[in-house]
Amino acid sequence: MIEFQDLRKAFDGRPVLDGFTLRVPDGETTVIIGYSGTGKSVALKHVVGLLQPDAGDVIVDGRAVATLERAALTALRREIGFVFQFAALFDSMSVFDNVALGLRRRDLSDDEIAARVREALALVDLTGAEERYPAELSGGMRKRVGIARAIALRPRYILYDEPTTGLDPVTSAVIDQLMMRTREHLRVTGIVVTHDMRSAYTVGDRIAMLYEGKIRQVGTVAQIQETEDPVVRQFIEGRPT
Amino acid sequence: MIERLGRHTVDAIKAVGGFGHFVRDLAHAIPDVAVWGPRTLVQMRRVGVDSLPVALFIAAFTGVVLALQASYTFTGTVPLYFVGTLVGKTMMLELGPVLAGLALAGRVGASMAAELGTMKVTEQVDALETLAYDPQSFLVLPRVLAGTTMFPVIVALAILTGIVTGWIASLVLLDLSTQEFLKGLKLFYRFKDTWFGLFKSATFGCTITLVGCVVGLSTRGGAEGVGRSTTRAVVYSAVLLLVLDAFWALVLLR
Repeated sequence: MIEFQDLRKAFDGRPVLDGFTLRVPDGETTVIIGYSGTGKSVALKHVVGLLQPDAGDVIVDGRAVATLERAALTALRREIGFVFQFAALFDSMSVFDNVALGLRRRDLSDDEIAARVREALALVDLTGAEERYPAELSGGMRKRVGIARAIALRPRYILYDEPTTGLDPVTSAVIDQLMMRTREHLRVTGIVVTHDMRSAYTVGDRIAMLYEGKIRQVGTVAQIQETEDPVVRQFIEGRPT
Repeated sequence: MIERLGRHTVDAIKAVGGFGHFVRDLAHAIPDVAVWGPRTLVQMRRVGVDSLPVALFIAAFTGVVLALQASYTFTGTVPLYFVGTLVGKTMMLELGPVLAGLALAGRVGASMAAELGTMKVTEQVDALETLAYDPQSFLVLPRVLAGTTMFPVIVALAILTGIVTGWIASLVLLDLSTQEFLKGLKLFYRFKDTWFGLFKSATFGCTITLVGCVVGLSTRGGAEGVGRSTTRAVVYSAVLLLVLDAFWALVLLR
């Protein structure tokens, strides 16, 4: 289980997370929604220790991430797949090498690595794209390679940072399907950060809204859709005022 | 005024502290040979082979100019075979390492800052970390080791090129014989001339690549930030290289 405990983080004196508390139950996909720039991605990066909190902590299976030593943090990262907003593929590597890179840190033979890469690429419908380079791929394909890179590691948790941002509606729906397929196939716990409500309703078991550095409301998809909180209502309906 | 001074002082102390952390993390990456070993060979090729034409081009013309300027200065007062002395000593002790170093600060330092800066702003460095790689052993250590080991090789070849072109210029343009040029070249030669230049260039290589990596990995703010980092890497490297040049002269040549 992942728990955000009173997480606080400021940049240049400006608080972004200000007492962010949330429990992410195992086996479910929790979607964090909120306005752009409200710290959704910042919260996600604390889970894998890419950012250090000013106060509070993230607890993953009983381990306080901010206090982990280098080796323990590396071990934790092996259990977590991270899908970045713009995929963050390595430009100088082929699709195969991008997906294989994390596997090469494990005790796997070349044949096992190749098999895992092919399996992951098949899961995201990219069989045959192994030798292509990121510059030759569309935005949607890059995101799918990013998902393949994360799932090839067979993680316990997958964190998705704005997985559908910048994609057309059809490609967004494909990515949503992939996220659901990944959950069913690998039985992973997921956190999805997004402001795409259609995607949130499709992939989420629970939805939490981050507002002014804190969780404003958390609940099932149905509870969020029926909310009477004016801030959450305005956001999910996309009303300007 | 005092407030601004205080702010700059705090920033400077933070920068020194940040650099200290960076070097400590780099030391922690040393046992991770399986990651940095193969990548160091790739970087050695990039830093060494790809930089060679620029360094040799500069050295070739420097050798010719040195021979001509020496002859112009010595005419009528100093025997002309001293042209060989001046070309040899100057190329080995100063112009070989420093001119090649400055050229490579532009080429190698800038390209490393731009490459790592781009990786930083596109979250590729974060992605590396989430895949359980240490960016220090994957990105920094191979570059710094390649710079430290390949710069002396490049500079040695640059020195040789400068001396050869100086010799050719002496033969063709100054009517000096090969024997006279070699006599001048050997006249005040000490083995220290060779190792001093090469040792100095190793420290230049280490400094330029380290600065390129530190500046690149601290990039913020998209394409504009990458541009700023690239410029900063070249300026810092060039300044540090000249300071280091004076430092080694003070420490090793007195």
